Amino acid sequence: MSVTRSAGALGAARPLMRLVTMSGVPILRQLHLEERLLRRTADNWCVINDGTAPPTIVMGVSGRVSELVEIEPVLRDRVPVVRRYSGGGTVIVDQGTVFVTFICNKSAVAGLQPFPRDIMSWSGQLYDKVFDRFGEFHLRENDYAFSHHKFGGNAQSITKNRWVHHTSFLWDYDVKNMDYLKMPKRAPEYRLARNHTDFLCRMKEYMPSRSVFTDGIITALGEQFSVQPTDLETVLSNDEEFVPSTKLLSQQDLEEIVSSKGSSSLGVQEVEA
Amino acid sequence: MALRLWVKSAANALKLSSGTGPRAAAPAFSISRFFSAVPDGLKYTQSHEWVKLHEDGVATVGITDHAQDHLGEVVFVELPETGAQVSAGGSFGNVESVKATSDVNSPISGEVVEINSKLSETPGLINTSPYEDGWMIKVKPSSPADADGLLDAAKYTKHCEEEDAH
Repeated sequence: MSVTRSAGALGAARPLMRLVTMSGVPILRQLHLEERLLRRTADNWCVINDGTAPPTIVMGVSGRVSELVEIEPVLRDRVPVVRRYSGGGTVIVDQGTVFVTFICNKSAVAGLQPFPRDIMSWSGQLYDKVFDRFGEFHLRENDYAFSHHKFGGNAQSITKNRWVHHTSFLWDYDVKNMDYLKMPKRAPEYRLARNHTDFLCRMKEYMPSRSVFTDGIITALGEQFSVQPTDLETVLSNDEEFVPSTKLLSQQDLEEIVSSKGSSSLGVQEVEA
Repeated sequence: MALRLWVKSAANALKLSSGTGPRAAAPAFSISRFFSAVPDGLKYTQSHEWVKLHEDGVATVGITDHAQDHLGEVVFVELPETGAQVSAGGSFGNVESVKATSDVNSPISGEVVEINSKLSETPGLINTSPYEDGWMIKVKPSSPADADGLLDAAKYTKHCEEEDAH
C-alpha cells in the first residue's frame, strides 16, 4: 500500500486526483460515468455536477419502489426513476442539487480501510473543512447536516481495491417534488418522524454561492491530493463492453409494480420482472 | 477450538504468554485492538472472505467476523445464481450495509452449486453467524490449488491486526 502524506510534510508527494466538473448533466449519465471510472480506471477522481435535469428519483440498489415512491403521481407526471449502483436511500434530484463524488483507490488515503464507516469518517472530516465556517456542520448518523437539518445524503460502493463515496447536496430544492417520495421505513433516529420539509434544509440559506461551495471542496482536497482538472471529453470513451448496473426503470416496470398484488421479496425483482 | 486463535491473539497482546527465551525490549503494557473470531480449519483472503473445504469436494464461502463487524448491519445481500462461474479474487456478489454496497470476492474458482437463500429474508445472519448460518455460496472448485495461496487463521489474524493498527 503506497504511503501518502499531507502537503505539510517535507517533500511529500500527494497522490493524484483527477477533477471533472460538469453542470446540468442528467443524473443517469453521471452515474454511468461514475461506474465506468470506478470499475474501468485506476485513477482517483472527484466528479462535481452542478445541477441536473430533468428532476429524477434516484433509489439505492436494494430499494423497493412500492415502499419508497408514490408510483401513481410518478407515472402521471412521467418522473424518471433510476436505481443506482450504490447503497442507501431514495432522493429526488433537480437543478438545485449539487453532486460531489469521490472515486479512490484503497491506497489513496493512508491507513483508510475500505469499509463504510471508515470512509465516511474521512469524508466527514473533509467536508468539515468546507462547511464549518458556514454553520454547525455534522456528520449525523451518516447524513451531512447543519445542526439537525439534513442537506446532504450520501452513499457508497466498495470494490476489492477501490471505493466510491457520492453525495447529493441540497443547494436548493422544490418542496413539491418531495410529494413523489414516501416517508422511508428505515430512517435515522435524529429525523424524529419529521416530514421532508421539517427534516431538510437548503444550503443556499447558509452559504453565499455554489462556487464558494465547490471551490471549498477543491481547496480541502488539495491538502491531501494533487488535484488535476480533467476535461470531460478526455474521460468519455467508447468502452461499449462495459455495462453499468445503474438502470432507468421503464414505465412498464412501474406499471407492473402498481398492478402487482404485493411487493416481491427482493427489490431488484420488482424491476427485472 | 473455534475461538482458540482469538484468545491467543489477545493473550499475546496482554503479554500473558509463558513462552521462554529472552524478551526483546517492549512496552510494559499493550492491548491488541483485534477481537474478531478467526476459526481454525478455514482459509482466508486479505479481502476478508473465508472458505471451508469439505471432504466431498464442495467448498463453502462467506465473509469473516472482522468484515461483518466493520461493515455494520447487513440489510441486503446479492448473490449469483446456481450454475454461475466464479473466479478466485473476483467479485461474486455484494452486501449492503450503512448505505454502502461492498463487493464480496470468491477465494477460489469454480461453479456455484448452492446459494444461501435464507439471506434474502434474513441478511443479518451474516452479522450474527458469519461462519455458520451466514454462509453465502457453495462452490465446486475447478482448481483445488487455489486454496494453497490463501491465508491460514494465524496469518489472517496478523493481517487484520496490521490493518486495524492504522
